Amino acid sequence: MTMFGEFVYLDNAAATRLDERVLEVMKPYLFETYAVATSQFGYSPGIEARDALDAARATIARALGAAPEEFIFTSGSTESSNMALKGVALALGEKKGRHIITSKIEDFAVLHSARALEKQGFQVTYLDVDEHGRLDLDQLREAITAQTILVSVQAANQEIGTLQDVAAIGAICRERGVLFHTDATHSFLRVPLDVREVPVDLVTVAAHLIHGPKGVGGLYVRQGTPLVKWMDGGFQEFNLRAGSENIPGAVGFARAVELVTPEETARLQEMRDRLIERLLRIPHSRLNGHPVLRLPHNANVSFRFVEGESILLHLDMRGFAVSTGSACFSRSLEASHVILGIGGNHERAHGSVRFTFGRFNQPEDVDAVADAIADVIEKLRAISPLGKE
Amino acid sequence: MPLPYSETVMEHFRHPRNVGRIEDADAKSIEGSPACGDMVAVYLKVDPEDLRLTDVKFESYGCASNIATGSIITELAKGKTLEEAKAITWKQASEALGGLPPIKTHCSVLAVDGLRAAIQNYEERHGLVKERVPTTVEVVRKRLKHVMNPLVGLDLVRTKVVKDIEVSDGTVRVVLDLPSDHQFAANIREEIMEKIEPLWDVDKVVVEFTE
Repeated sequence: MTMFGEFVYLDNAAATRLDERVLEVMKPYLFETYAVATSQFGYSPGIEARDALDAARATIARALGAAPEEFIFTSGSTESSNMALKGVALALGEKKGRHIITSKIEDFAVLHSARALEKQGFQVTYLDVDEHGRLDLDQLREAITAQTILVSVQAANQEIGTLQDVAAIGAICRERGVLFHTDATHSFLRVPLDVREVPVDLVTVAAHLIHGPKGVGGLYVRQGTPLVKWMDGGFQEFNLRAGSENIPGAVGFARAVELVTPEETARLQEMRDRLIERLLRIPHSRLNGHPVLRLPHNANVSFRFVEGESILLHLDMRGFAVSTGSACFSRSLEASHVILGIGGNHERAHGSVRFTFGRFNQPEDVDAVADAIADVIEKLRAISPLGKE
Repeated sequence: MPLPYSETVMEHFRHPRNVGRIEDADAKSIEGSPACGDMVAVYLKVDPEDLRLTDVKFESYGCASNIATGSIITELAKGKTLEEAKAITWKQASEALGGLPPIKTHCSVLAVDGLRAAIQNYEERHGLVKERVPTTVEVVRKRLKHVMNPLVGLDLVRTKVVKDIEVSDGTVRVVLDLPSDHQFAANIREEIMEKIEPLWDVDKVVVEFTE
């Protein structure tokens, strides 16, 4: 079953279909208990709304191994990462130093927050990654100086799915007395992360990639982490994030968290493995990202001599939704910074296709898309001036 | 199906006309590169008597608008004289396709440039070229009129993005009224390099941004 009838949706790293069970728990907070959360001295619907918000917060915090008051609701992962980077910069820029470390293959929320801070006089180090997208921990150790206030490295990559060793990165940061933020948007609940075991201070998560609603996410903030409120307004969210709380969103987010199971993740991984195996049978194809240390639901393969937007459009006509790192598909007309970051050339980026699985995919989707893409690649290679003799 | 392309573009994308190589071509050209994301090869057969294009074929490594424009341009050029075919503009190709999204101008201009380059290749081979003109500020400006500002689909000169041009000793310096972190900065820079670097007397191209 897919949202578009016969359409096979394989872009679950961009957005996922809302689970009906999530919608069911959200409804009362849209039509009945639609009041804003009030203090304990407010009117009844407001108190009920506040209780629902507290319960949702507790559920999500528990999934991270955190205390409820360490979890701040936001409008999504972009806001969470902005809040982490800019909040720490505001808190420590004057007191401790103005140096931030991140990686070259971060998602734009982190990368562009870092660039914005650079414009305000912060110094940013963008660490290299290896051919699989893994961070060099020695390079990280060398990059930390007395001025360093924050290291922000993703838990998993948005395009190629490569996982980082967040425990090791966290340990290095802890040892050197530097705060550590990780963007776990793509790995949340699919790859375990427990803040009681991993020394991480800030974690970005979101609902829309786990079959929850769009427009709600959160930031884990370890107790005592210096963070200055970045968006001004009311005193909501422990006075760290202003604005009326998105109660239906929070309630839906919590339900979405409850519905993710290890069994389901294992099922996605089986589909992923089968798809990678089928795609690599196509001549002149190669896997992007780490062969083992990768998101269980992400496959990313580059096909030589063909361009991604054409592949995407042909697949769309055949009823499949995928994504590509081609410049032609990007809003800035630039090739994927991730594929270039792992040492790939522009051609490899242009011919890269990302397939990401979700709850509503079925095993038969794998062979269907593999057959379709083999046919599309053959067709496009026939008209390409490249790859002949 | 809600798509950004017209029915005609989609039809040519699905079933491109005149695809392939002409093994004994009288002239050919390759425009673009795998690095820039789009590449078109154009092959010509020319009747030496009346300089008419008896056959035109193309190959494309690129996106839908690149493939569709390659297809339509071969249809438009076939049977025309070299002079007539040279005069085919991107606008005519775009109109024949029922319009193209502004952001896709680059990919489609490439096919038109490819046809012109193939004709030039024929003229060079058959001694039909006039004398080479030295690169001046005006020559550079004229070329920059073919570099599009992807945001609006109009060229850099017309949208006043080009602030200054200097030409001296084979070095061309182009100053843009655009911050270096503009959404399309990297793309526009690449496009300018692509247009100016092939000029016969240019060794170096420098693109500068303003903060």
